[in-house]
Amino acid sequence: MTFLRATFFRSLYAILLLIAVLVLNFSMMHMAPGDVADTIAQSMGGADPEIMAQIRADYGLDQPFLIQLATYVGKVLNFDLGFSFFYNQPVVSLILERLPATLLLVLGAQLLALTLGVVLGVISARNPNGMTSHLVTGLALFGYAAPVFWTGILCLIAFSLHLGWFPTSGMRDVTVAGGGWAKLLDIAHHAVLPIITLCSVYLALYSRLCRTAMLEVLGSDYVRTAKAKGLSARQVVYKHALKNAVSPVITLAGLQFSAVISGAVLVEAVYSWPGLGTLAFQSIIARDTPTILGILFFSALVVIVGNLLTDIALRLVDPRVGGKQ
Amino acid sequence: MKNSHNSPLLKVENLRIELTTRDGVAPVIDDLSLELRAGETLSFVGESGCGKSMTALALMGLLPEKVGRVAKGSICFNGEDLTTASPARLNEIRGNDISMIFQEPMTSLNPVYTIGEQIAEVLRRHRGMNKAAAWQRAIELLDAVRIPNPKNRVSDYPHQLSGGQRQRVMIAIALACEPKILIADEPTTALDVTVQAQIFDLMRDLGRELGTATILITHDMGAVAEMAERMIVMYAGRMAETGPVQQVIDHPRHPYTKGLISCVPHLLAQLTAERPPLAEIDGIVPSLKDFGRDECLFASRCERANEQCRNQRPPEVGFSAGQLSACWQAEDV
Repeated sequence: MTFLRATFFRSLYAILLLIAVLVLNFSMMHMAPGDVADTIAQSMGGADPEIMAQIRADYGLDQPFLIQLATYVGKVLNFDLGFSFFYNQPVVSLILERLPATLLLVLGAQLLALTLGVVLGVISARNPNGMTSHLVTGLALFGYAAPVFWTGILCLIAFSLHLGWFPTSGMRDVTVAGGGWAKLLDIAHHAVLPIITLCSVYLALYSRLCRTAMLEVLGSDYVRTAKAKGLSARQVVYKHALKNAVSPVITLAGLQFSAVISGAVLVEAVYSWPGLGTLAFQSIIARDTPTILGILFFSALVVIVGNLLTDIALRLVDPRVGGKQ
Repeated sequence: MKNSHNSPLLKVENLRIELTTRDGVAPVIDDLSLELRAGETLSFVGESGCGKSMTALALMGLLPEKVGRVAKGSICFNGEDLTTASPARLNEIRGNDISMIFQEPMTSLNPVYTIGEQIAEVLRRHRGMNKAAAWQRAIELLDAVRIPNPKNRVSDYPHQLSGGQRQRVMIAIALACEPKILIADEPTTALDVTVQAQIFDLMRDLGRELGTATILITHDMGAVAEMAERMIVMYAGRMAETGPVQQVIDHPRHPYTKGLISCVPHLLAQLTAERPPLAEIDGIVPSLKDFGRDECLFASRCERANEQCRNQRPPEVGFSAGQLSACWQAEDV
């Protein structure tokens, strides 16, 4: 019961936080010089002040700030993120259209990094002076040091240009006909390099953290108790130790969710991946305010939902987290 | 079965345990021999750093990996040498025939599993019980270690229990498979005085009920006198003295034992009476790197020490009823 109650209150806070983010985003965009009218006028090859005023009146840009803000927040709460003048379609459909590509990239990279990171962390913690341990340390150093776009370009040169194993850009190959498996395989083929590139950074973080947490837990009293019970080494490590060691990794993975979105911008740019990152990049260049605001709002939503899920996951793994007393 | 009525349940002979430290290899246990018979309580006494806990871990086959090792001697349980047993065989014995209670009840239970699961697990492992039967037995065991309302507490997590309750759960885990030997490493050190007495009572009652032999490691002479039949006084990894508890306390034959006994504070008949200063043994236990020396390691703290004590390790001198003392002047102490 307390679990449901806690989740309810956490969700309530999340909604309040989301509204605060909305207000902040809108205010900041409002303070920035230039607006859509400028962009439209520019694309028309210039306009006189009268037409500019007309455009501003059409889009409600002549209203006082507070009224504009209230209209915006009200619309967003009705799942209306406005209309993109640059792409000539509603921002919501624009985002939803790009979302699957980014989700594939981000979730793929996160899952790969988490699985590999935990496995490598556990193996290297069980044998701190072994090969895997040195591999993890080396990998971590590389992952921390190498910027993700650089890794991406390096992968492109090696695996696409020289070896020709993977396509260089995009998500689909127009020459591949048919749907179903052929289409899925084609997407998977395109996704390999972007996912590995995005994964590299997080793999470094997770494997390193899991190794440290596991080393600490393996020396704890309750692991000694588990050994004294006559349990097998596998049970001691994977049942008793891992469930304790995985808490900090879950916390970090939740925190990284926001960074994964921002990291996706760079990876998507390198591989011309048609996701939210590319959309964000293009709409910033085009000063497409509704789209930028929409993406910012959506990122905030992802972070907040990510935190909420992290919270729930932690409660499920560790009964001491905010649980019953 | 090699185990006849006369042969001891556990027989340790000339055990030497070495720890690899930065200063080299040090014998934390040097030439220790002991016997434990079924149902008997044997107590290890000594200051911190005397090798008491190392002895316990060695008996369990749980010496710290790559750091500690049995260098010499044997540990025979029911005629089977544990020092040469396979890891799989040791896993069968641990928690089933020989089990252990640790010093730190606050951290010895896994925080992410219910206490019921942690008790039931050992039953499933060694008794082949199914989930439901093991859970049911866990409730009965909680009742046996006198945790009130066991049906509800069984699904509690360790953080919802007090230190004393957690130690009771540890006892329930240790005794779940009705082991032949229970090793208790300072089981009450971390607990309140009132709870200490309860835990000792519980261990004694359940031990008698199950016919379990107990090895009690402690530095509390009061607990020794109350719980144990025989005792071994350890000093710097070596046995200083051993014998029946009453005899050793009445007539200690080693200056170290004598010192330990005189350190026990006495309650005064009247609170207003003048309190004598607390007795202590001057000096400290020598550092690990000096453990291997051919001398009496207690000599630096002993007022009787002479040239011989400082240059030659003393032999064990026998007295009546199996009392032994490793002291050059044992006859005169």
